[in-house]
Amino acid sequence: MTAPQPVLDVRGLIMDFGGLRALDNINIQVNSGEIVALIGPNGAGKTTFFNCITGLYEPTMGDMIIHTPGKAPVRLNRLKPNVVTENGLARTFQNIRLFQKMTVLENVMVARHCRTKSGIAGAIFRGRKTRREEQEMVEHSYRLLEKVGLDSYVNELAQELPYGAQRRLEIARALATEPILLLLDEPAAGMNPKETHELDQLITRIKEEEGVSILLIEHDMKLVMSISDRIYVLDYGQMIAQGTPREVSENRNVIKAYLGEAFDA
Amino acid sequence: MKTDWKPLMQRVSSEMIKSIVVSLWFVFLTFPLMVMKIRPLDQTIEWRWMNLVYVGVGAFFLSFVWRYLMARKERGSEKDEGDSWQKRIGMKIRSDKRISVSGLIGVGIFVLIFPFLFSSYQTSIMITALMYVMLGLGLNIVVGLAGLLDLGYVAFYAVGAYFYALMNHHFGIGFWAALPFAGGLAAVFGILLGFPVLRLKGDYLAIVTLGFGEIIRLILENWNELSYGPSGIAGISRPGFFGFEFTLQQHTVYLFYIMVALVALTTIVVSRLRNSRIGRAWIALREDEVACQAMGIDKTRTKLTAFALGATWAGFVGCIFAAKTTFINPASFTFMESAMILSIVVLGGMGSIVGVMVGALVLILLPEYLRAFSEYRMLAFGASMVIIMVFRPQGIISGIRQRYEFRKQPQQEVSP
Repeated sequence: MTAPQPVLDVRGLIMDFGGLRALDNINIQVNSGEIVALIGPNGAGKTTFFNCITGLYEPTMGDMIIHTPGKAPVRLNRLKPNVVTENGLARTFQNIRLFQKMTVLENVMVARHCRTKSGIAGAIFRGRKTRREEQEMVEHSYRLLEKVGLDSYVNELAQELPYGAQRRLEIARALATEPILLLLDEPAAGMNPKETHELDQLITRIKEEEGVSILLIEHDMKLVMSISDRIYVLDYGQMIAQGTPREVSENRNVIKAYLGEAFDA
Repeated sequence: MKTDWKPLMQRVSSEMIKSIVVSLWFVFLTFPLMVMKIRPLDQTIEWRWMNLVYVGVGAFFLSFVWRYLMARKERGSEKDEGDSWQKRIGMKIRSDKRISVSGLIGVGIFVLIFPFLFSSYQTSIMITALMYVMLGLGLNIVVGLAGLLDLGYVAFYAVGAYFYALMNHHFGIGFWAALPFAGGLAAVFGILLGFPVLRLKGDYLAIVTLGFGEIIRLILENWNELSYGPSGIAGISRPGFFGFEFTLQQHTVYLFYIMVALVALTTIVVSRLRNSRIGRAWIALREDEVACQAMGIDKTRTKLTAFALGATWAGFVGCIFAAKTTFINPASFTFMESAMILSIVVLGGMGSIVGVMVGALVLILLPEYLRAFSEYRMLAFGASMVIIMVFRPQGIISGIRQRYEFRKQPQQEVSP
């Protein structure tokens, strides 16, 4: 095995909420071109971990570093969420957070914000530069919608989409920020087996075509086992296991966390 | 045969009872106002029993109408008919260039000959209405697009007005020189208000902005050295036109055209902003603040631009207001004004430019033309506001998002 190129490197992450330690000394690495899963029972701290690295929460201790190829590594601690996104981390949300009253295309166009720069004057006078940028934005967004299979919905309002399509729109929107690491928070939640299967293929395709690494939180074990290169398991804020899907599925601690003590007896 | 009639009779009688109850309730409510008339001079009470009958009969029949409309509205909302009906008309106008262009030309011609068709009193009212159109469009940026409930918008209006008044009073600076700076200064005040309220949302934001509006008014009322206190500033120059001398009537016509041009300018700028990168960031901020930040939008900057650009228009209108009335004092900048402008935005339709225009014209012109009803004027005004909100909670005209059309190749993009 050649030396893996890390994209995200999190070391010794601790997150306290008052007296409660939600994350305790977490170390997670995501390498370039990998699909890594973060699993664990409800309340294990998975989403808290996402919120820490995307700047929504400020971790109590620890280092979070993102390595963009060809650029100096950036420490993500204390950066605002939008700056984190600018540095190449994009996420979806567990409970869908689309811009409901905007059209599907506009939802994706909004996410182009940090990669474009026309300002107030540009918007008012609509010079050639602004028009070109706007055109580029529309085309780029449309291509992404094609990729996730939503090109027939461009002018619908986001709130009118069926549930599975809303999930895919969130992925397209996150991709529009041109991330190097895509964070998916339970992308298969509420999907039927057929939709989950399609999502499986979509995630693999996105990894190949867009050249992004993926870190996902998921409860659907079939999906996790089939697409992940590596898996981290959290329980009560502790990292209890890590390794390949096979290693993790045979790990005693993991089985205990999921099925309880009685399994041993 | 008998069985067919029974449910109908039951229904009719139950509806009758409902209406009778309503009419009795209204008779009771309006009794002191409509029936009794006290004559303090000879200390007698006049009993106007006929009014009692009028109110009773009127309420009886109106309650039928009201219930019928409510039932229709309920059926409509089940099928979502109201919205699609409006959507279809909106699409038709947008897709058919001929309708929109000829409509625009028609409105344009009417506006241009307006001062010659109507008296100078009517023109003056129209100027006021257009001023509120501009204020509404400005507040629409803050409330309708960025979703920041601002109850102190009148403060920026006051800043613009006092800026021109003081500059004119002390240095004799003319209207046209002051106009851009009035807008600019209001924008600065917008940012000043923006900073402390960056973390606030909804009700809390509303309370702080309300306080800000009152602070500005109280400063103007009490800082006599600066603002001449409650007595205000008089003798402000009207807008000049290359040194021509105008009569009062000509001034009104001139101001009318200035207002028309400025409203046109505002409309173009706001509609362009709305469908720009910045406008989309505002709407995203309104829809979901967390997701908006996670998509790489700087919340601080987006909020501040919304406050600044919204305030700018109020600054412009303030400057015009000072030039129109030639006299200003703090009494013109009370909370009522803020509430009025907010009503225009909400009633007209948040986020919609045409909606805000219609809202402003309705809310400003209605009380003027209701003068025929003398003392019932404000009652009718309030009632019409309630009725609009009951039947169209999304506003008279709700905002429609820009549509994009794609052919087979995504390169060929046509935006209407």
